[in-house]
Amino acid sequence: MEIGAYSFGDTQLNADGSPRSTMEAIKNLFDAIVHADAVGLDYFGVGEHHTVQMPASSPGTLITAAAAATKQITLGSASSIIGTDDPVRVFQQFATADAISGGGRIEITAGRGSSVETFPLFGFDLNDYDELYSQKLDLLLTLNNSTSENVTWSGTVRPPIPNLAVVPRPVNGSLPIWIATGGSAPSSARAGRLGLPISYGIIGGQPHRFAPLANLYRQSAAQAGHTGDNIKVSVGTWGLVAPTKQEAIDRLYPGWVNMNVEMGKLRGWAAPQKRDFLAQVDAPNAFFVGDPDDVAERIVELHRHLGHMRHFLQGDHGGLPQEYLLESLTLLATEVKPRVERLMAGK
Amino acid sequence: MSMEHDPTIGILGAGRVGTAIARQALKAGYRVRIATAKPAAENALLVDIVTPGASAVESAEAAASDLVVLAIPLHKYRTLNPDDLAGKVVIDAMNYWSPVDGVFDDFESDPRTTSEIVDEFLAGSRVVKSLNHIGYHELGEDDLAAGDSARRALALAGDDANAKALVMTFIDRLGYDAVDAGPLASGRAFEPATEIFTGSHTAHQLRALVEAARHLADAA
Repeated sequence: MEIGAYSFGDTQLNADGSPRSTMEAIKNLFDAIVHADAVGLDYFGVGEHHTVQMPASSPGTLITAAAAATKQITLGSASSIIGTDDPVRVFQQFATADAISGGGRIEITAGRGSSVETFPLFGFDLNDYDELYSQKLDLLLTLNNSTSENVTWSGTVRPPIPNLAVVPRPVNGSLPIWIATGGSAPSSARAGRLGLPISYGIIGGQPHRFAPLANLYRQSAAQAGHTGDNIKVSVGTWGLVAPTKQEAIDRLYPGWVNMNVEMGKLRGWAAPQKRDFLAQVDAPNAFFVGDPDDVAERIVELHRHLGHMRHFLQGDHGGLPQEYLLESLTLLATEVKPRVERLMAGK
Repeated sequence: MSMEHDPTIGILGAGRVGTAIARQALKAGYRVRIATAKPAAENALLVDIVTPGASAVESAEAAASDLVVLAIPLHKYRTLNPDDLAGKVVIDAMNYWSPVDGVFDDFESDPRTTSEIVDEFLAGSRVVKSLNHIGYHELGEDDLAAGDSARRALALAGDDANAKALVMTFIDRLGYDAVDAGPLASGRAFEPATEIFTGSHTAHQLRALVEAARHLADAA
């Protein structure tokens, strides 16, 4: 089981609650990735968001920088919002990162996005949401599966590509491309039909309830004739590791409050209640927050239901102090991962 | 029609909301049919795994059920077929959240509730607004037997008394008390950002909230 982390960038807050700079958030995220590589974490995902609070707007760029500054860690988008981007550009950015990384450490995760900030920003019409995603995914896969530099593609969301060079090519010929989903069943069926690896973003409820979706994914793949290494599941959840469970809870809670206050303003929610946070910090609920034993046990328990090959945590929300993130990354790599391996070997 | 004994439930939409309602209806012993924009054959595996016991059908067949639930993204409401749904009792479980769904002129510039707009489009249907203000994963977790003093309540609003009676029975069998908020326009009391929408309430509490909303609306 690979163990990792992911982030959307996390803008720090001043004592009065006002946001600090988004530039600092990007620098912090870059430093965190370098740190994760140094301590031996398997994976780091960079998500695409375009808000003052979550400013990692360009996964391709950040991942390319991180590729140059790291040696072993796998880097992927979590996710690239494909519908409102240019798949040619996305592919080129990640292939460039791949070349710089030495090959084999760069992945693309294609997502639709859980919020729609990219539509007005990049000038797309929300009525085209489905068509944009499915056609641009098709183009991305065509680019990736091409056996030469020259690519031909046609569709309706952009002019055709008539046998043009798209360069550079990835070091190993193609990149791993994952499909991200938040739990809508048709998305799992689609990923299975396409024969692509699937990444579940589970941010609430009880993660083991995704088991029927993972089952649907695997059966859809089998029904479409897809087998082998590409049929696999990864899981991203909220979480934070600290020396004790109470410290982990105390470290994660303020950021959760900040995020819910922000979201509440946008979506008209009531003020966050601590009991709603605490209700999620223990098994079988969604926040993987605790000491290394606790988090490792819960990852292994979830594996019984989902059979995933990679579990990655997001702990930097609502202005989490950087030192708590770095400590969590260290503990994930040096304490959680060995415990997970031992528990899984014992089964 | 055998609506009194065992109404068939047709669910339009197989996302998180549609499948959660399907599972809960199956748990309550209903016959459930599910349809999406795709042909039924493409949904067969999904239905078998995610809502075992339900049938994957074409949209027209789901619309022919005794009780139809709308669980598609609200901005796709014009893909519904008003002819298929004419005369049907239709539960509108859809919500409009512009930060998530984006800005749609149909809703942004119209002061009515979203269910009234849907009701106008589905001329001939008997639209009841309900099931929109409970989280899809809560639906299967918060259910309690009738008579339990802690039982959660769900609100409904509609202009057709018989349609509402059918929906109230459905809600009760799903494991919740049902509180009638009044005519369809009263659904404003449980749209997103309202206290009803963001909370969980017993019937007693919900009746008070619905009353308070009615007083506010009358005073306006």
